Amino acid sequence: MIRLSWFNVTSLTLGFAFLYLPMLLLIVYSFNESKLVTVWAGFSTKWYGELLTNDAYLDAAWVTIQVAVISSTIATVLGTMAALVLIRAGRFLGRTLFSGMIYAPLVMPEVITGLSLLLLFIGIGLDRGVFTIILAHTTFSMCYVSVVVSARLMSFDKSLEEAALDLGCSPLQAFRLVTLPIIAPSVISGWLLAFTLSLDDLVIASFTAGPSATTLPIKVWSSIRLGVSPEINALSTILIGIVAVGVIVASLISKHTMLRQLADENAAKRG
Amino acid sequence: MPEKTFEPWNDPTEKPLIEFKGVSKRFGSFTAIDNQTFDIYAKEFFALLGPSGCGKTTMMRMLAGFEAPTEGHILLGGQDMAPIPPNKRQVNMMFQSYALFPHLSVWENIAFGLKRDGKDKATIAARVDAMLKLTRLEKFSQRKPHQISGGQRQRVALARSLAKAPKLLLLDEPLGALDAKLRQETQFELMDIQEKTGTTFVIVTHDQEEAMTVASRVAVMDDGRIVQVDTPDRIYENPNSTYVADFIGDVTILEGRVTPVDGGFDLAFAEDQPAIYAKSSQHLASGQTAYLAIRPEKVSVTPEKPADRRNVIRGKILDIAYLGNLSTYHVALPGGQIIKAQTANTRRLANRPFTWEDEVWLSWTDTAAVLLER
Repeated sequence: MIRLSWFNVTSLTLGFAFLYLPMLLLIVYSFNESKLVTVWAGFSTKWYGELLTNDAYLDAAWVTIQVAVISSTIATVLGTMAALVLIRAGRFLGRTLFSGMIYAPLVMPEVITGLSLLLLFIGIGLDRGVFTIILAHTTFSMCYVSVVVSARLMSFDKSLEEAALDLGCSPLQAFRLVTLPIIAPSVISGWLLAFTLSLDDLVIASFTAGPSATTLPIKVWSSIRLGVSPEINALSTILIGIVAVGVIVASLISKHTMLRQLADENAAKRG
Repeated sequence: MPEKTFEPWNDPTEKPLIEFKGVSKRFGSFTAIDNQTFDIYAKEFFALLGPSGCGKTTMMRMLAGFEAPTEGHILLGGQDMAPIPPNKRQVNMMFQSYALFPHLSVWENIAFGLKRDGKDKATIAARVDAMLKLTRLEKFSQRKPHQISGGQRQRVALARSLAKAPKLLLLDEPLGALDAKLRQETQFELMDIQEKTGTTFVIVTHDQEEAMTVASRVAVMDDGRIVQVDTPDRIYENPNSTYVADFIGDVTILEGRVTPVDGGFDLAFAEDQPAIYAKSSQHLASGQTAYLAIRPEKVSVTPEKPADRRNVIRGKILDIAYLGNLSTYHVALPGGQIIKAQTANTRRLANRPFTWEDEVWLSWTDTAAVLLER
């Protein structure tokens, strides 16, 4: 073990405190008996119970999950297609414009994206609700997917596809049987990224959501304006828990696959 | 059946399997292949040999269907290949990177092409097993490509490309990723498999030794053109240009002016040296510039002046490259030219007669050297 100097210990503590103290506080106070957020009155799980009976939160959670699943799935399909065109189609007229336009939403202020979508939906007379949020989230998350997938495609050995063609595949079969299975991990991580982005988006969702549909971030934000309630602390704690479990599981899976690959390669070396 | 040498290119009644007719390929303003016409015959092991960037890979990719010729036609069995996409051609390719599908097992990799043809399960299984046996991979059929060694991967790639029993098999630098010893073994294996299956092989390589070992005919390429197509021995012994002579094996090239004398030419290559004589049936004008190419192993090194030879030159040993079985001497002439000579080390090193700075006599026979116009 490396012996830590006092300097290292201090900076480590400060760093962790900076990152996690607010969250820790939130988690602790979610178990507070008192209704007042800043006064500790003993341990209780009653806010969690109340959360489960609060239909407004449960509805918002359901809308959020629907939006996240559907929009990230559409974004993954569109983003993958865009990445394929960008990397594979070679130089075509308007390629630079196309790639610029795909990546523009990455740097576009969310307020502008949200506002323009709102104007569009009003313009074409589309009632705002779950559908419009899905459209909006698909729009901005597909560019993240295409960034992730095109990074993978750049290092993809094109001769694999040629080999598939050479062995009698049609171009579509070659994609389905060879390319897609090989780039699947990056497509999945693109989906996960889109899913997370949709899950915690507040700005664009609040522009495109209507009275019929509210997402969880909007609900939390609007409740805060009436004062922080311990219920929200409980809700946030659950969200932190879900995210933490997700991250840990994902990293364990990837570590497991890496170890297995290593073991396989060692086995191969031994013949 | 009488033993017959395999020389379909010398038989005018033989129909070629592949015909290149005035084929050019340009990428923008760059000409990769420049108006090439040549034939490849069935059951040949044909090597395209050249330095990188000479167009040999483009030639192969046109055969596979990944590139279309800008001009001219490629015929397979008399049929124009231009409208046929790669997946419909009876041509398979073994890729330089092997291009094994990493998500499929060795067995599934070999079965991949057969499955696309819609063959029934029993036929596929029988064919895959035959291929596994041919390439001695039975033990590894359930492994994934990353679980086997480089040499085994190379054999999987070969088995996969042979599984569909193509009319023509293309091999793109098939042994480039293997170490020297394994490469040699694999070369013989390739020849063996080619003979067993009777498939026509076209191999692309930059390794002249590899081309000479495996091929029935070698096409030496330079800058989008085939400079010479011939059997390995004729390429080596009768190169048609200094480019081919220099590319294949080791050679000393002397430039000079020729004068015709008794069935050959005298080449004056330096003012302070006697002319060198070479028998040649070439038609060269008197006083024309020509090149004399002489292989090092055809030059003898002796301490005394040999009496019975016409071509005798005196020089000083500049360098000795000891290769174990052979030693190559770089002998400098008084005029500065260097002539390479090679001797087999039939005796132990301690008995070597020459050392650095020794004055020696170089000599060769009248027919040892080749006179070239360019």
